[in-house]
Amino acid sequence: MYIIVVGGGRLGYYLLKALLNEGHEVLLLEKNERICQNIIEEMGSVCYRGDGCEAATLAEVGTGRADMLVAVTGDDEDNLVACQVAKHKYNVPRTIGRIRNPQNEVLFKKLGIDVTVSTTNLIIEAIEREVPTHPLTRLLTIGEKGLVIVDVKISPESTTVGKTVKELSLPSESKLALIIPHEGSAHVPAASTVLRAGDQIIALTSPESEEALRAALRGV
Amino acid sequence: MKVVIMGCGRVGARLASLLDADGHEVTVLDNDTYSFRRLPPTFGGTALFGNGIDEEALRRAGIEEADVFVAVTQGDNRNVMACQIAKHIFNVPRVMCRIYDPLREEMYSTLGLETISPTKVFAQLLREKLEG
Repeated sequence: MYIIVVGGGRLGYYLLKALLNEGHEVLLLEKNERICQNIIEEMGSVCYRGDGCEAATLAEVGTGRADMLVAVTGDDEDNLVACQVAKHKYNVPRTIGRIRNPQNEVLFKKLGIDVTVSTTNLIIEAIEREVPTHPLTRLLTIGEKGLVIVDVKISPESTTVGKTVKELSLPSESKLALIIPHEGSAHVPAASTVLRAGDQIIALTSPESEEALRAALRGV
Repeated sequence: MKVVIMGCGRVGARLASLLDADGHEVTVLDNDTYSFRRLPPTFGGTALFGNGIDEEALRRAGIEEADVFVAVTQGDNRNVMACQIAKHIFNVPRVMCRIYDPLREEMYSTLGLETISPTKVFAQLLREKLEG
């Protein structure tokens, strides 16, 4: 796979290294000559000096045949433009943009950037996972389908403890995938499965039904 | 009409004072308050400190009621992003974007933004002066 990485900061540097290790054809675009030179000295000719937002630069590095462009500069606006130019001028099938301001996720999605990675959101999600009181955590977003995989914890106070799965009024867009009990091994929930305090439920849902799912699983 | 201008450089400040003198309701946004020195003492609009690619700042500038949004900061990408926020998130009826890079300007114009490339316009103007 031919992958173009825009932005040779620390993130771009380690991404380049990791992707090369996986055996991909990777090219890093970086404006700063010194950074570029250092990378070339260390890893060979895998870095090209230029502005990844400029159509001319992208033409020179053969963006037309790239399978993916990943924009990881420190500025959301630069990442947005690099992805848009790649998409609209060179028909790159997959574009990934890094965002700093989590609010920009909506805009990036609206403008057709395939995947957005928000470091801020990732850290928030990690915090939520670490804080046991948080009842529902997003584990993964499945972009194309508009679905999320969530983790719901059943606490002793949940009014659903002792009820069977059949008795829960789950939203139609949510499917329970797995129950990980406090003790014992994980199992796939059946209609007759009884909820216990300490259960961790992995479910697939639409983001809109997330709140309804949490309410159905934990009671009020 | 109600106009929000992002960037209080020479062009932004001048446009703001011209529109203000014409009786329009003008808000200028800049992330450096020092830029507001360019506004004339007679300016009757609002000068607001804030980052034009931040939805909160744009809301504070009154973008939800704006008829026109103009982006004239030094950064092409900032202008492009702010205009797309104005157009696609806030549905501002008229959005104008300065893009220095002619190639980028052409692309965003095809994507439906109202764009102006001073590079293109000025080079053309100079050519006409020299050849005409």
